[in-house]
Amino acid sequence: MASSSMRRSLLAASFVLILFFVSSASAAAPANLVISKVDRKIDLVSQVVRTTAQIKVENKGMEPASEVLLAVSSEQAKSMAYLRVTTTEGRGKSKAPGVVLSVKPAEGEGPANVTFFSVELPKPLGKGEAVALDIYSAYSHLLKPFPVEIGQSDVQLVLFHDSAYYLSPYPVKVQTTAMRVPSFRVESFTKVEPSKITDGEIKYGPYENIPALTYSPITAHFENNEPFAVVKDLEREIEISHWGNIYITEKYRLTHAGARHKGGFSRFDYQSKPSASGAASFRHLLARLPSRAHSVYYRDEIGNISTSHLRSDLRKTELELEPRYPLFGGWQVTFTIGYGVPLQDFVFKAEDGRRFLNITFGSPFVNVVVENLVVKVVLPEGSTETTALIPFHAEQTLKTKYTYLDTVGRTVIELTKKNVIPEHNVNFQVYYRFNSIALLAEPLLLVAGFFAFFAACIAYTHFDFSISKSSSSYQARQLREEVLDAVQRIQKVMNERAVASEKLEASLRDLARTGNVAASKAARKETDVKLKETAKDLKAILDSLPASSRSTVLAKVDTLMQKEREMQEKLQQKHTITVEAYEKKLSSKEIDSRVAPYQQKLTALKQEVSELLNLLDD
Amino acid sequence: MAGRGEGTNSGGIVPALEGVLAQMKAFRLRPKQQEMLIKVAALLLIYVLAFATRLFSVLRYESVIHEFDPYFNYRTTLYLTEKGFYEFWNWFDYESWYPVGRIIGGTLYPGLMVTAALLYWFLRALSFAVHIKDVCVLTAPFFASNTTIVAYFFGKELRDSGTGLIAAAFIAICPGYISRSVAGSYDNEGVAIFALLLTFYLFVKAVNTGSLAWSVASAFGYFYMVSAWGGYIFIINLIPIYVLVLLVTGRYSRRLYIAYNTLYILGMLLAMQIRFVGFQHVQSGEHMAAMGIFFLMQVFYFAEWVRAQLGDPKLFKAFLKFTVIGAGSLGVLALGLGLATGYISPWTGRFYSLLDPTYAKINIPIIASVSEHQPTAWSSFMFDFHILLILFPAGLYFCFKQLSDAIIFILCYGLTSLYFAGVMVRLILVATPAVCLIGAIAVSATLKNLAKLLREKKPAAVASTTKTTGKKKAAAKSGYDQLLPFQKEGAAILLLGCLYLLVQYVVHCTWVTSEAYSSPSIVLAARQSNGERVIFDDFREAYYWLRHNTPTDAKVASWWDYGYQITAMANRTVIVDNNTWNNTHIATVGRAMSSYEDESYQIFKSLDVDYVLVVFGGVTGYSSDDINKFLWMVRIGGGVFPVIKEADYLNNGEYRIDKEAAPKMLQCLMYKLCYYRFGELSTEYGKPPGWDRARGTEIGNKHFGLEYYEEAFTTSNWIVRIYKVKPLDNRWS
Repeated sequence: MASSSMRRSLLAASFVLILFFVSSASAAAPANLVISKVDRKIDLVSQVVRTTAQIKVENKGMEPASEVLLAVSSEQAKSMAYLRVTTTEGRGKSKAPGVVLSVKPAEGEGPANVTFFSVELPKPLGKGEAVALDIYSAYSHLLKPFPVEIGQSDVQLVLFHDSAYYLSPYPVKVQTTAMRVPSFRVESFTKVEPSKITDGEIKYGPYENIPALTYSPITAHFENNEPFAVVKDLEREIEISHWGNIYITEKYRLTHAGARHKGGFSRFDYQSKPSASGAASFRHLLARLPSRAHSVYYRDEIGNISTSHLRSDLRKTELELEPRYPLFGGWQVTFTIGYGVPLQDFVFKAEDGRRFLNITFGSPFVNVVVENLVVKVVLPEGSTETTALIPFHAEQTLKTKYTYLDTVGRTVIELTKKNVIPEHNVNFQVYYRFNSIALLAEPLLLVAGFFAFFAACIAYTHFDFSISKSSSSYQARQLREEVLDAVQRIQKVMNERAVASEKLEASLRDLARTGNVAASKAARKETDVKLKETAKDLKAILDSLPASSRSTVLAKVDTLMQKEREMQEKLQQKHTITVEAYEKKLSSKEIDSRVAPYQQKLTALKQEVSELLNLLDD
Repeated sequence: MAGRGEGTNSGGIVPALEGVLAQMKAFRLRPKQQEMLIKVAALLLIYVLAFATRLFSVLRYESVIHEFDPYFNYRTTLYLTEKGFYEFWNWFDYESWYPVGRIIGGTLYPGLMVTAALLYWFLRALSFAVHIKDVCVLTAPFFASNTTIVAYFFGKELRDSGTGLIAAAFIAICPGYISRSVAGSYDNEGVAIFALLLTFYLFVKAVNTGSLAWSVASAFGYFYMVSAWGGYIFIINLIPIYVLVLLVTGRYSRRLYIAYNTLYILGMLLAMQIRFVGFQHVQSGEHMAAMGIFFLMQVFYFAEWVRAQLGDPKLFKAFLKFTVIGAGSLGVLALGLGLATGYISPWTGRFYSLLDPTYAKINIPIIASVSEHQPTAWSSFMFDFHILLILFPAGLYFCFKQLSDAIIFILCYGLTSLYFAGVMVRLILVATPAVCLIGAIAVSATLKNLAKLLREKKPAAVASTTKTTGKKKAAAKSGYDQLLPFQKEGAAILLLGCLYLLVQYVVHCTWVTSEAYSSPSIVLAARQSNGERVIFDDFREAYYWLRHNTPTDAKVASWWDYGYQITAMANRTVIVDNNTWNNTHIATVGRAMSSYEDESYQIFKSLDVDYVLVVFGGVTGYSSDDINKFLWMVRIGGGVFPVIKEADYLNNGEYRIDKEAAPKMLQCLMYKLCYYRFGELSTEYGKPPGWDRARGTEIGNKHFGLEYYEEAFTTSNWIVRIYKVKPLDNRWS
């Protein structure tokens, strides 16, 4: 009942509109252009309404025309997201790819609720000439759910308003309109004869000789359960690192913009009757990421979300993700996805020596509408001469961002655009100049930091920070350090002596093998000299020892030195005997027996000396 | 010719080799340096290990805050970093305890939040763009690492650096400590154990040295502890006990006097700066022991002075009698007066329940309802301490063998804390450092003895080769020649045994950490029959739904367990939360949950509730759900509102939900909210619909509708169910 009464009121309104348009039409249209044929297709399958109109414009006037005006009703113009006009060269199948023409808003003479755009023709249209134009436009938020609120088991019905006739400031000779709807369930549509419905397509026309700016409102009411996924806010941050990666972070605020959910949500129904429950809701979203995307993550303010699948092959990477809960009409969710891509896939060298980033503008999700898109390109620290090149209008601002180890901050180009649909997913470029040397700034900073830290440590251990230099504990510490120093020097000298005596022993072993007495004697002489020298050193060190500590340390050092001297003496004796024995050419056995007692004492002494040395450490 | 050539060749190589060897020898570090190097390297490894072993949860799950209380801490830390300290200190939170609200600044220990915020600001200043959440997640492991260093120095102070190293290694991986300090468990205990051990170490150091500097340092350690955790009560009671023990055993010294008085006076003044503690140091019964000991110290000092002045033992004895009796009666009088006038508050229930484990069960159900307040089972001692449980008595033996002031302290600490650990599960945490230290003493002493036995043989062996010079000399030189049979072998076997035990300890700790203590409990994981891991992320699903799809001023009623999580993750106002300060408020919610639907509607409407949240494990078999907690709601509700009687919910004293259940049970709000439309659902193959998997029964009341509530959201595994409280009926309908 309700819907039929509404339909009636709509019809009544449409008559009024027709009258209004017809009365004003004659004044608006420039007389010299005529559209000979219009073929219009309206795609209502998804939440975005896409229309393609192929029109043929003829110049019937005398003066050549350089531009063609397009008319869109203001209501539609408000939600228009995309408009592209191309010329079609050739005919039929041999159509060459069209030339994209520039379109800008224009002032046209006509009623207030019509917005005009002017299309600049590649060459002025002479008298009697004709040009074929392809007008492609896309609208978001044009499908209005009706009823506005639905329950969990209901399907979603939407309304679409348009004109049966192609709205144009020029008279149209022949025209047809076809609307494709997503399902066979069409509740109603306004009939403007001839009109019919076949196979999910509502056809209007052909109509002939319609005057300029004629508007005949039509309404289609049909089922559309496609996900009305609308991203209220999307912030894409593209961070370039010249170490080899580009990191992309995308923050979403997603909502279901279809018919609002009414009443409760029953999980039982949702699980047990998946076909009859929540037909208009959605729980999956598909994102097409660059083929070499890696390190993909999916999370939100309270942590990681585990319900996502990543499929990747050589050509593409697809991320299928589920929000934490299914989205019914009016429900919202926020989440963040992020991924990295290799630098060389997206950053290139420009001819003027600058570099440029070439990457897609919009969201990687399929079939979503973004109401507010902010794209931030974070250039590496030290970038200059930045410019952004976008194929359509977007606001640009420059900012600075500080992140890991930044000193002067990174330049950020911020691009803002409203009402973004998948058609906007084209590449844009950001040019900048960057010197590769600047790459090293951050590692060097780290190196400098660590160096400073270690230098500070070294300085701390070597400087004296005590306040009172006369206190007893301070002096005791000072003394201890001096003693330690002396002990270390003693140990060093002892080591030298040990090395010398080892040389002597080595010469003895050589002697045993080769019988070269002279060499051994030379070694002996050398060692003697060395020992004498070091003995002097030792004495000097001992003298330098602070007087107060002598008693304790000296005793130890004395015993050590005594033992050591004894050891050296024994070694010398052994040497003398051995050398003598060789000179006398005694048998080896005899030599051994003569040397043996010395040898034993020597090993014992060696043991003691090394023990004493260790003792000295404490 | 050729042979000779070879000979000279080899003659050239050998000296060259020898030269290299000699150089190596010269390069070799001296033993002292070697020891230093090994010590530092071992400590460094322990430091890293303590941090790394706590990261299981991050690797298994994600970098996320765990459990319940940490969510409150995280929320307040976030507030602190966003709004600054002043705002934080004066924060009145109207999002919890609706409609009463909560003064956050005055009712929390700010140490943890301030620590995390300082770390965060410090890292930010160094231009590390970290997120505060990650700082919070890693705060506990970071402080656990720092605790190992303190444990090293403490062990060194107790015995030697070997003990210190072993203590550090023990505490680094001890499950009793890990249970509270894994990455993500952002709770007060995380930093408090560090502060506790630091205070103790500094105090022992102060007692050992009698230095004012160490005493002041320990006062500041105490201040940090007070700012971090309510467990500071343990310090302020343990130290007086220790001092008393020293006094009784005649170990009074000037060092002790300086250390204790400085700590007490300075620590008390500092602690008063924490608003939550305020004047408790002079007003509450729990702090009176410290004050009493403080006065006793003065009396002791005075008596000492008088004795020095008098010089006559008889006169002094009389004087002592007089003063002791006088001071004692004065103290008792003051205490009695304070208690009578209410100036000094008596002991709180929590304190009583520590001294008497049965107290809470009888008097305060809200304390008894928390699982971590239950008395400890033997198995959990074994689980949390493993070999330390055996080493503890052994360590005590070694401690008694060489008593010193420091050793007496660790004895006091170990014995008291072990008692408290037996009373309450969560206090195992407090006992852990003591058990680790005493265990380390045992291990260190044993290893040292065994190693000595092993080494002893070396000089003996040398002596036996030098037989020719004369046995007498060798025998005279080494006094320990009368070796036991197979001494070396025995020592080696025992050493291997010790090693085996220690390895077992490491294996056990790692296993426990990874299996038992690394679950965030906000994400549940289970294994399917085919071995695949399934994750139940229902809590966050529900909280996130609340966050984005309810009005921002919606009030959510749930049992208090989930209060902190709802405020932190769903950002919605709650009626009650885990800060159980208002028993009546909690009882009101408990009463509503256990009433009939219409009565509960009245209660919830009077509390302005918009949504009711229940946790239900019947589909997944999650056992700590609201049905299993329900009896506590009844008890707590009944404690304040006698209309609620526990017996109404029991059938012959048995708690059940099947056909045999008590009629009130099957009609109460909690039952209805949990089992709404559950009767139609088949949960398990071969079982009738409405089969509750958590309790393994078929529910008793299957088909019923809800009159005053509407199912607003149920998570994918039914774990969290949220109901909307319907608006009041229009008058004319």
